[in-house]
Amino acid sequence: MNVIEKVPIGSTLLQAQSPWRRVLAEFFSSPTAVTGLVVLLLIVLVAALAPWIVVQTPYDLMQLNVMDARMPPGSLNGDSGYTYWLGTDGQGRDLVSAIIYGLRISLWVGIGSALIAAVIGTLLGLVSAYVGGWLDALLMRLVDLLLSFPVILMALMILAWLGKGVGNVMLTLIMLEWAYYARTARGQALTESRREYVDAARGQGVGPLRIVVGHILPNCLPPLIVIGALQIARAITLEATLSFLGLGVPVTEPSLGLLIANGFQYMLSNEYWISLFPGLALLITIVAINLVGDRLRDVLNPRLQR
Amino acid sequence: MIGWALRRLTQSLLVILLMTLVVFVGLNAIGNPMDILVGEDLNQAERLQAIAHLGLDQPLWQQYLIFLKGAVHGNLGQSFVYHEDAMRLILQRLPATFELAFSALFLAVVIGVPLGMFAGMYPEHPLSRLMMAASIVGFSLPAFWVALMMIMLFSITLGWLPASGRGETREWLGVQWSWLTLDGLQHLLLPALNLALFKISLVLRLTRAGVREVLPQEFVKFARAKGLSPMRVMCMHVMRNTMIPVVTVLAMELGSTIAYAVVTESIFAWPGAGKLILDSINMLDRPVVVAYLMVVVVIFVVLNLIVDSLYYLLDPRVRIEASR
Repeated sequence: MNVIEKVPIGSTLLQAQSPWRRVLAEFFSSPTAVTGLVVLLLIVLVAALAPWIVVQTPYDLMQLNVMDARMPPGSLNGDSGYTYWLGTDGQGRDLVSAIIYGLRISLWVGIGSALIAAVIGTLLGLVSAYVGGWLDALLMRLVDLLLSFPVILMALMILAWLGKGVGNVMLTLIMLEWAYYARTARGQALTESRREYVDAARGQGVGPLRIVVGHILPNCLPPLIVIGALQIARAITLEATLSFLGLGVPVTEPSLGLLIANGFQYMLSNEYWISLFPGLALLITIVAINLVGDRLRDVLNPRLQR
Repeated sequence: MIGWALRRLTQSLLVILLMTLVVFVGLNAIGNPMDILVGEDLNQAERLQAIAHLGLDQPLWQQYLIFLKGAVHGNLGQSFVYHEDAMRLILQRLPATFELAFSALFLAVVIGVPLGMFAGMYPEHPLSRLMMAASIVGFSLPAFWVALMMIMLFSITLGWLPASGRGETREWLGVQWSWLTLDGLQHLLLPALNLALFKISLVLRLTRAGVREVLPQEFVKFARAKGLSPMRVMCMHVMRNTMIPVVTVLAMELGSTIAYAVVTESIFAWPGAGKLILDSINMLDRPVVVAYLMVVVVIFVVLNLIVDSLYYLLDPRVRIEASR
């Protein structure tokens, strides 16, 4: 084996490496993508450790002081002496704390819905490809129908049935997103199932379930990962938009979108910070995810690989 | 040809029928509108009378059939809140939404096409690179936040443009329009630009890709060799051949522009159908929500049908594909 690895031909060397390691190496060769990843990890870390970082729990009305409402950035809290670095909102919430808690909701909704939709969509896509026939036709028409209408329209429709709330926003996102995964997984599975390695596995007497899960699924993953990354960003944006419209989270537990909406009414009196800073937090998160997602798409693109 | 048209038409009607079912059954799963519309002080008999008056006492399938029968005649029920015909409410508000959506598409073309042509002609130019980077931002920014920033910059800090309402309107063809007065145009600019941001990015990228594809082709070289001025080559020969995908995509985008106007209208207090639907969702005004969803679905399906038919007529490849 050693002899083969020392053959100085690039392609042979690449084949000898594990494909995932090659992908990782290529991913890390882009400074922008790495910056995006680092920022994203920081955001996730801050959101995860929120209760130990913030100076007040923004959802605990007992900790809020209405007298401190709408204070500009850098104001001092009279009682306990900490500084409102980014100011306070209309209810006297410290904006730093509110933004970090809002990020928690955004990430939870975005990542949670994307993961659940990925599992459901991939499963349905594989089943659709494997079973074929009327089930395949039915599922794919459903996917076509879902994807042909604007997301916001479908979201309004689903939320009009289900009512407001974080859980319902997540459910809405899942109901909209699974279709992307299903279509991709099905297409990819159909392509993969015609390859020789599947024939080989079948020839060796491997069962159909094991072929699908053990052989076809791993080869369907690269495009699904790319879709997943971009869907998380889309889900976070949509959640923020819906909360902004007053169809998302409850007023007592604002996510970033609702914080921005609440700040909107004060903007006309030049109290810009209530909308500006949550918006910037949202923006940085979305851009970071998109940078990572774009790089993943370049690295995992099968056309560039072969 | 007739076979294809019939098949495509049936498909569209089926989609609309399916959506009526989804919309109607789905909306009946939400809370009882009686709790909101009728005060606590009504006694049981008055309550039942009100329920019967609104037709809510019949079984769901019967309500659906009545709804469907009405829908064919353009009657989608009375608004629980405004006590007016739901369809008429939507149609009254729709011109304002259309005005906004078409203005947005207009801006997308007027801004996106020239920028895209520039970026396609000089792909290495720093300005082109800047435009491509900006268009990524245009894709990924949440529109509502951009709207707020626009209001903050242009309305509050600079005081150039108004941030809410339609301004002065003038009647034309029996409908009030903002774009016919200067004040109305000023009111229209910010919301239209906000709604257009995503489309500008899209048109810019499409045009750029088209120009880069067309430029190296023989007929462009020939036109140049003939001694035509670069301006004329660009406008007459290159542009014509890049506009087909742009026009198709924009036609398809009209539906989503109308749907996304919900966000823009609610921020800029633009009195269109989108604002009405948000209020109606919050007040559980079922007939209005249903009427809005149905109107947008029909607009959407009809647009798709038109685009598909045009493609069928214009592109021989689609015809061959369809006849197989």
